[in-house]
Amino acid sequence: MADTRKIAVNVNGTMRSATIETRMTLVDFLRHELKLTGTHVGCEHGVCGACTVLVNGNSARACLMLAVQCDGQEVATVESLATDKKLNVLQQAFQDNHGLQCGFCTPGMLMTLTEFLRDHPEPGEAQVRDVLSGNLCRCTGYQGIIDAALDAAKKMREAAP
Amino acid sequence: MKPAPFIYHDPQNLSEAVNLLATNENARVLAGGQSLMPMMNFRYVMPDHLIDLNKVSELSYIRVEGGTLKIGAMTRQRDIEFSSEIGKHCPLLHAALAHVGHRQTRNRGTLGGSLCHQDPSAELVNAAALLGATMHAVSRRGTRDIPFADFALAYMTTALESDELLSGITLTLSIKSMGYAFVEFARRHGDFAIVACSALLSLDAQGSIADASIALSGLNHAPTRPAAIEQALRGQPLEAATFKAAAAEAEKLDAGADAYVTSAYRQHLARVLTYRALEQAAARAKEIQHG
Amino acid sequence: MITQAHVKLTGFGASVKRKEDPALLRGEGQFIDDIHLPEMLHAAFVRSPYAHAKINGIDKTAALALPGVHAVLTHADLPQAARDNTLPLLVPHPAIKLVKLPYALAKDETCYAGEPVACVVADSRYIAEDAAQLVEVDYEPLPAVNDCRAALEEGAPLAHRDAESNIAARFPLKVGDADRAFTGAAHVFREKIYQHRGGPFFMECRGIVAEYDAHHDAYTLHVASQGPHRIKRSMMEVFGFGDHQIRVVTPDVGGGFGPKGSFYPEYIDVAAAAALLRRPVKWIEDRRENFLTTHQERDQYWDMEIAVDANAKIIGVRGQLIHETGAYVPWGIVLPWITATTVPGPYVVPNFKLDVISVFTNKIQTTPVRGAGRPEAVTTMERLMDRVARELKLDRAEVRRRNFIQPEQMPYKVGIIFRDGRPVTYDSGDYPACLAAALKTSDYDGFAQRQAAARAQGRYLGIGMANAVEATGLGPYESATVRVATSGKITIYTGATPQGQAHKTTLAQIASDQLGVDFNDIEVVTGDTSMNALGMGTFAARTAVNAGNSVHVAAIAVADKAKKIAAGMMECLEDDLELADGFVRLKSAPDVRKSLRDISVKAFGMPGFSMAGGLAPGLEHTAHFTPDQSAYSNGAHVAEVEVDIETGEVKILRYTVAHDCGRVINPMVVDGQVIGGVAHGVGNALYEQLMFDDNAQPLTTNFGEYLLPMATDVPRVDMVHLETPSPLNPLGVKGAGEGGTISAIGAIISAVENALEPFGVVISEAPITPQRIVALLGEHARGRTR
Repeated sequence: MADTRKIAVNVNGTMRSATIETRMTLVDFLRHELKLTGTHVGCEHGVCGACTVLVNGNSARACLMLAVQCDGQEVATVESLATDKKLNVLQQAFQDNHGLQCGFCTPGMLMTLTEFLRDHPEPGEAQVRDVLSGNLCRCTGYQGIIDAALDAAKKMREAAP
Repeated sequence: MKPAPFIYHDPQNLSEAVNLLATNENARVLAGGQSLMPMMNFRYVMPDHLIDLNKVSELSYIRVEGGTLKIGAMTRQRDIEFSSEIGKHCPLLHAALAHVGHRQTRNRGTLGGSLCHQDPSAELVNAAALLGATMHAVSRRGTRDIPFADFALAYMTTALESDELLSGITLTLSIKSMGYAFVEFARRHGDFAIVACSALLSLDAQGSIADASIALSGLNHAPTRPAAIEQALRGQPLEAATFKAAAAEAEKLDAGADAYVTSAYRQHLARVLTYRALEQAAARAKEIQHG
Repeated sequence: MITQAHVKLTGFGASVKRKEDPALLRGEGQFIDDIHLPEMLHAAFVRSPYAHAKINGIDKTAALALPGVHAVLTHADLPQAARDNTLPLLVPHPAIKLVKLPYALAKDETCYAGEPVACVVADSRYIAEDAAQLVEVDYEPLPAVNDCRAALEEGAPLAHRDAESNIAARFPLKVGDADRAFTGAAHVFREKIYQHRGGPFFMECRGIVAEYDAHHDAYTLHVASQGPHRIKRSMMEVFGFGDHQIRVVTPDVGGGFGPKGSFYPEYIDVAAAAALLRRPVKWIEDRRENFLTTHQERDQYWDMEIAVDANAKIIGVRGQLIHETGAYVPWGIVLPWITATTVPGPYVVPNFKLDVISVFTNKIQTTPVRGAGRPEAVTTMERLMDRVARELKLDRAEVRRRNFIQPEQMPYKVGIIFRDGRPVTYDSGDYPACLAAALKTSDYDGFAQRQAAARAQGRYLGIGMANAVEATGLGPYESATVRVATSGKITIYTGATPQGQAHKTTLAQIASDQLGVDFNDIEVVTGDTSMNALGMGTFAARTAVNAGNSVHVAAIAVADKAKKIAAGMMECLEDDLELADGFVRLKSAPDVRKSLRDISVKAFGMPGFSMAGGLAPGLEHTAHFTPDQSAYSNGAHVAEVEVDIETGEVKILRYTVAHDCGRVINPMVVDGQVIGGVAHGVGNALYEQLMFDDNAQPLTTNFGEYLLPMATDVPRVDMVHLETPSPLNPLGVKGAGEGGTISAIGAIISAVENALEPFGVVISEAPITPQRIVALLGEHARGRTR
């Protein structure tokens, strides 16, 4: 009865297959089928940015995509950032700059900034604020997040050959 | 907030897509999903069939052909934003896109999706009105061109028939030699504008206005091209008094009201933004004239 | 009482990095929706589409017929106790004239749009929502009232059809004799001020996962809350459960800001469904439900007068406050009471009279949201102060300075009774110094020049300020158990329940001072009713005072006990011992030592060996620090804005906070709390609006329409810390969680008004929107286009 499809998605470098209802959103697929609960659901109408993931390298609202649309695509979530539990430069900058309080919006912030810092290695504060305008945070007033982004950019530049 | 059940179709090419659209009742076309998906999650829209165009790669293109710019309906806003062709031939689109949504929504959102969703204050809708876009509709029955002025029928309603989809748009490139501006007032960065005003100005040899186009959106169900204001600008000198006169007329345009915004405020913004758009466009037109 | 001298300040006071962060940053947080249990089902709710309606019948046949649907519960399907009992009144008070509280599912009347009517349980949330659409409810719409002023008018629709009026409560607050003071005052000014409701809008919506153990007839409820103990208490009151029958656990919580501390009908319904179906049931509030059903705050109308003498010194303040409680009164009059008692703030107000009316409407109820009534009071008082300055042509800071309570007047009795039943007595603080610090940091003296330079360019800058005194650290207590396990590992258990406030870091810092270990070696377990018998939770900026001091007291007791036991083991005097690095050691010979592990094993006892006459077993201690009264934090905010007079847009250019929350446990965390609070205040001042139509139908139900401040809207905040220790608790701490919000609205509005001074614009509302600014400017808003 329900319209289902078998899909295979490269999630964080691993092929994951499942048969799903075609109406299932990408974020529900990640969270409830794959149990990758790091990606959060904040509004389900594409405003808050908590569900931001990278689809083929570009940030996207996972509540505004169907899982079936990701068949054969590459999806990266917050779970891909750390290596063996060690925080990456951006994650560490969040801790160093108090860029999170409740931590709920954080995975979306991290994924937005992962794409942004890859494409803009030398951002100014205004640019960071601009890109973060797609992610809502109610706890921090954004200041720590912005500082974290700028700090991470600096450290990434220093580390670059 | 989960979508109601539907049958999902992912046609691989345009002919499959229009066939599906012609043969399925209560079908909706899914483009970038940045407007339709929220409405489906809210169950404001509950199609029986969802026809996803994301695999129809022939609808994604940016082409300069002769004196025209052709953009496919499934071209992502991101691709327009980063296109040097667009920057060269139609910088107004870049100016409009600077106000559209956020990084994540522009990554997925498409030109055609925005134009067919036809939110009255969407920036790309305004730009299409200003540029007098020709809208290319396609169905199993064939293709037809719709001037933008006839495309926006009512609030969030287009002239597309239920078996038609938008394949792309064509813009004429005479705009390249005109000074442009896109200004808007939105409460926050990336929000839909309350009112937006775009303008194109070209100058005659004396430096007066040779031709003027203005599009105001957010006032009503569809963008307005105030012909009388455009006409009155022709032959006028580039000075504050000219812009003030146009702004005063813009304030007289009809405007609707909703729970948040009064018609008086919309009209006021029409005035202020018309002035600002003309001022900016005039500055650019002068730059072009002086090489 | 433990004395100040006992306090050592090592871990305490350091900006250590948060223990919470690594897991959250890796996406390994465990939020309510991250809980997946075997066999778990999913709930969705049928909610009233009307703000006020009578229910004539419910037909669930079609919904039940849908494959994958397990149950549809209506009021009639609830256990008897939940049919008989409404949700409990959390804080009763004699001033409440009419107690109205909802049933877990509407019985025969719904009183706000979104009130739950039926609970559908299915294999997935998708199917549950499909089925919810199939439940047919026969509603008979009733007249609805959408505004608290309108609700008081003769012949207004009644929010509850069996009520005699819409008045929920009415009470006076009095200091001195205001009416006499007003007669003969040199100047009397009247201001009418409206403050609009906003919501908490935490990023994680509410949610519950209920498990039922039929064998023990017991429930485990996982709830995204601000305090599981109070949820447990409410559940026991509704169902009549025994203590052993219910455990409530709160996992990581994605923001609370007050309303996650309330008790909601869905918790009862989901628990009942789990028991009925003998399977775990999950319900996660979606964002639409969040707009309809999570409590909101701030709808208030003020009609106030201030009397001052010729020197602008306050003689009296009087007036009326109409407070909208919405459809029900779950928190009684807590909110208007806090508001009313916050009005005098840092100023000497010798005569004060306020008539407070709390009014029912057919809108979602108002309960404390970050600031909890204080932002409204501060905005109101600061509007009055600005008015005095304007009328008497005095500098606004000068008017404040002339009226501040002076530090030497501490402790200062305001003369009114706070909601904790105690006279409002400010314990400590230096209000003049606080404002001075904020003015200095914001370069207030240089502002006139900046303003003049901008005006020469046709730009309009304004500066504004607001001062507040905030009752924090409200009792009754918080629980904390500090336990050294027989492995030597140290765990703190507390009823405090964080939603981002870093308790796991700050409480460990406090204990580390006493236990001689690194704070990273102390685990903090929060929000589990099976770990602490008692608890209150985290709200009202109370945790540093209550939980912090409980941890402090308990840690001292554990340290003392460790020394006692070690002294016995080592055959020395307790006074010769100290705790360091996980050992109790001789001060004079640090190599002579016993590990906390060995001491804990000793304290645990051995089978068959009597401990009679010795210490109580276990290397642990439980404390419930009970503050005698509130500790009063204070702050001064200065906002500098630019207003585009043509569009009405307000940009905040500069923002300064001088803040005194007593001793600071972790400055980084406190800064974060304050800055985040300011952002919330920015929303209340400029952006956030919840619109309702004439029938009280909510019109603002998504984040496209409800404008939360974004990264592009919130200014950088310059912080100045003042530290006036509270004499009321051993750590000398006060609360910090709400101060950022409380003064922000008043400061920003003051700045906007100042920017528009050349046009004579006066602002008496929050939020102040561009549209309103343009309307207030009239012809002036045409600016360059004239």
